[in-house]
Amino acid sequence: MSLSAIVGRASRAWRAVVWYAQSVLGEHDYDAYVAHLRRHHPDQPVPTVREYWRERYARESREPAARCC
Amino acid sequence: MSASSQADYLTTSKNHPAVAVVNRRPVSRKAKIGFGAIGLITATAWALIAFARGEHVNGAYFVIAAVGTYTIAFRFYAKLIEAKIVRPKNDRATPAELYENGRDFQPTDRRVLFGHHFAAIAGAGPLVGPVLATQMGYLPSVIWIIIGCVLAGSVQDYMVLWLSNRRKGRSLGQMIRDEMGTVGGLFGIIGILVIMIILIAVLGIVIIGALASSPWGVFSIACTIPIALFMGLYLRFIRPGKVGETSVIGVVLLLFAVVAGRWIAESPTLSDVFTLTPVQLAWALILYGAAAAILPVWLLLAPRDYLSTFMKVGTIAVLAVGVVIALPQVNAPALSMWGNGTATIPAPVFAGKLFPFLFITIACGALSGFHSLISSGTTPKLVEKETQMRVIGYGGMMIESFVAVMALVTAISLDQHLYFAMNAPAALTGGAADTAAQWVTSIGLGGTWDADPTGLAAYLDAAAKSVDETSIISRTGGAPTLAFGMAEILSFMGGDAMKGFWYHFAVMFEALFILTTIDAGTRVCRFMLSDALGNLPIRGMRRFKDPSWNIGAWLCTLLCVAGWGSILLMGVTDPLGGIYTLYPLFGISNQLLAAMALTLVTTVVIKKGYLKWAWIPAIGLLWDLVVTMTASVYKIFSGQQSIGYWAQHVCYVKTKAAALQGAGAEGLTVTQNAAGADVFAWQGEGMGACSVSGTMDNLNAVIRNTAIQEIMSVVFAVCVLVVFVVGVVVSVKAIRAGGLPVTEEPDQPSHYFAPAGLFSTKEEKALAAEWAAYKAAHGEGPETFEESLLELAEGIPDEMGPLE
Repeated sequence: MSLSAIVGRASRAWRAVVWYAQSVLGEHDYDAYVAHLRRHHPDQPVPTVREYWRERYARESREPAARCC
Repeated sequence: MSASSQADYLTTSKNHPAVAVVNRRPVSRKAKIGFGAIGLITATAWALIAFARGEHVNGAYFVIAAVGTYTIAFRFYAKLIEAKIVRPKNDRATPAELYENGRDFQPTDRRVLFGHHFAAIAGAGPLVGPVLATQMGYLPSVIWIIIGCVLAGSVQDYMVLWLSNRRKGRSLGQMIRDEMGTVGGLFGIIGILVIMIILIAVLGIVIIGALASSPWGVFSIACTIPIALFMGLYLRFIRPGKVGETSVIGVVLLLFAVVAGRWIAESPTLSDVFTLTPVQLAWALILYGAAAAILPVWLLLAPRDYLSTFMKVGTIAVLAVGVVIALPQVNAPALSMWGNGTATIPAPVFAGKLFPFLFITIACGALSGFHSLISSGTTPKLVEKETQMRVIGYGGMMIESFVAVMALVTAISLDQHLYFAMNAPAALTGGAADTAAQWVTSIGLGGTWDADPTGLAAYLDAAAKSVDETSIISRTGGAPTLAFGMAEILSFMGGDAMKGFWYHFAVMFEALFILTTIDAGTRVCRFMLSDALGNLPIRGMRRFKDPSWNIGAWLCTLLCVAGWGSILLMGVTDPLGGIYTLYPLFGISNQLLAAMALTLVTTVVIKKGYLKWAWIPAIGLLWDLVVTMTASVYKIFSGQQSIGYWAQHVCYVKTKAAALQGAGAEGLTVTQNAAGADVFAWQGEGMGACSVSGTMDNLNAVIRNTAIQEIMSVVFAVCVLVVFVVGVVVSVKAIRAGGLPVTEEPDQPSHYFAPAGLFSTKEEKALAAEWAAYKAAHGEGPETFEESLLELAEGIPDEMGPLE
């Protein structure tokens, strides 16, 4: 395998790890929400990242999710 | 579309490509040979665990037996459950697709959801239970952790996920009400509430056991609060939405806090500030819990949760690598003298016989009722395709079980004299190295230490010093023992110099998990309490259901914190040791919750007309009922002072009566302790033989505590029995009628594609490309999370999940 192929693989693997960690923490949820709005509610305004996270934390406070032992 | 004899395509509309692929590929020869080989290796590992003795037993056997059993069970038993009961339909829209709102209902990549679900179910529980269970020897524990997981724990998690997924993601309490009527539902909700409160309290006791008189530990865990606050503010005002980056910053700060703890411990003035007694820690925890449940989610809870998730996956991976590299030799016996019943003294770590008490001491890791609250909460609303529930529900629990196996390996590889010196209450060990050495060499563990108490005392002192603690005697609760074992195992990284770091690192992450469970648990508890109060048929109570009514929310929070806080205080002031008396209650309550969940599952399976397959959830249910009911009966009715709460209560009441009578009372001797208080020792007959000694304060504390413990044991047992009886009644009706209608939502066709399992097949990859082309042609952006990341996702290495 050539060096560039190895570097390419390593960088893809690294990106995959980052993608996974971010996804589990919810970093991509905003994009998913915007995509959802565009598709199903094109008439509604799209919130900014800041607005989205404010609303999200407010909801998590209203409907808490359990964490187990 | 290319026709293939090896795959069926499920189509719901002519207008778009197929929504799922059903794999018809016969099992290849290679796979058959592979599974045969795995089966053989697993059986060999099990045989070695069961029959090899002495120096020949190695941690490697446990790891191989566990991974092999999970693989076989996941491939065959979980598949059977899928085929006969769950009967997934991938052309049926899941709630995530049907009610998609971009918020709680959102089709989520299965690998991501797996991580999510695992982070929500796993915590300190699977790390603590196996450590305590080591008292009985490794054989019963390892069998229960692995077999219990594949036959009961994973089955529960998977099937509750299935039930909830087919019911719009309804909660366990709601489903019990819907399927089993109001009476069952009411007792179900009361049971769940009480169970949550006791669970939080006992986890609090576990962490206080690790932090008491440990300035290093207290400092590093205290640091998690400002770190979380900083992360919260950073996320809110500086970099909204950048949770990954913020978490990395948080983890770096946290590691620094663990390193800095050493300087605190070494500074004479600062170490005093951070040296707290159990009672002070309990109050700190109560104040923290109340504050965390009232403060905005973004400020404390959410950032702490990110930290916790990060640390959870990270440290569990570190522990797994450590165990696999170190492959420690096992020092515990297969069956200890308490395990085989030959012991002449009562068991010191937890009271009672192997059956039933081992099976409630190890709850998380084998069968954990609490998981049913997660499997019926967030997770079912995020599943893309019904077939993915097998890996998420059944598979997620397997990983938790594996964590428990590693915790067990860590504990059984420790020197057993050290283990008992750490885990027996101070009443037995005397709290110092020399007295502990005297006691532990006298109980008959065998081995060379028994003839050399002085040598053992020096060894125990050196052990404490090696992890930079002043003492490790009677650090009960399991967490310190695990931390010590981890430090030993991980000492291949950094050698002895790093042991102190690893020990406090382990204490810190256990505390971190527990604090996360405490604040999330308090919030959930508050939510359920407001909901229950709001449903009361009293005028004005409806207001409790309004989430914007702050006074109501605060009131409920206060009630919840008062509930677990009082049990916590009771535990830390208990003269008999909080873990010793309260851990059984924790185990019983967790397993009773499992009994409720499995009753629901079995009832629904019978109602659906799958009587022939009802044994699948019923195995777990019946075993669990026998265990929990036997344990409850012991705890409620046993005449033995060390086991029965009531027997204990009667002994102390009679002692108090004798003490009030004064020095002449029969069986009473009065002495003075160092503080000058009267110590009353009484021997006599209560419900059985009594032998009690303590000050008047001690007597009053035990009398109060045992009464509360007795009442709680009765409440749990009654709630579960009512739910079970209702389940049986409904099931009998269903059997007579040949099935009854269930509250499953009607099928709706899916218009969404996702792979059926963890890994895409060749056909699924082709279909995904077809969907991408279809959407591009229709001017739609990539519809799913999956597709928008298709390019990246391609790069995800196949090693990312459990073995398929």
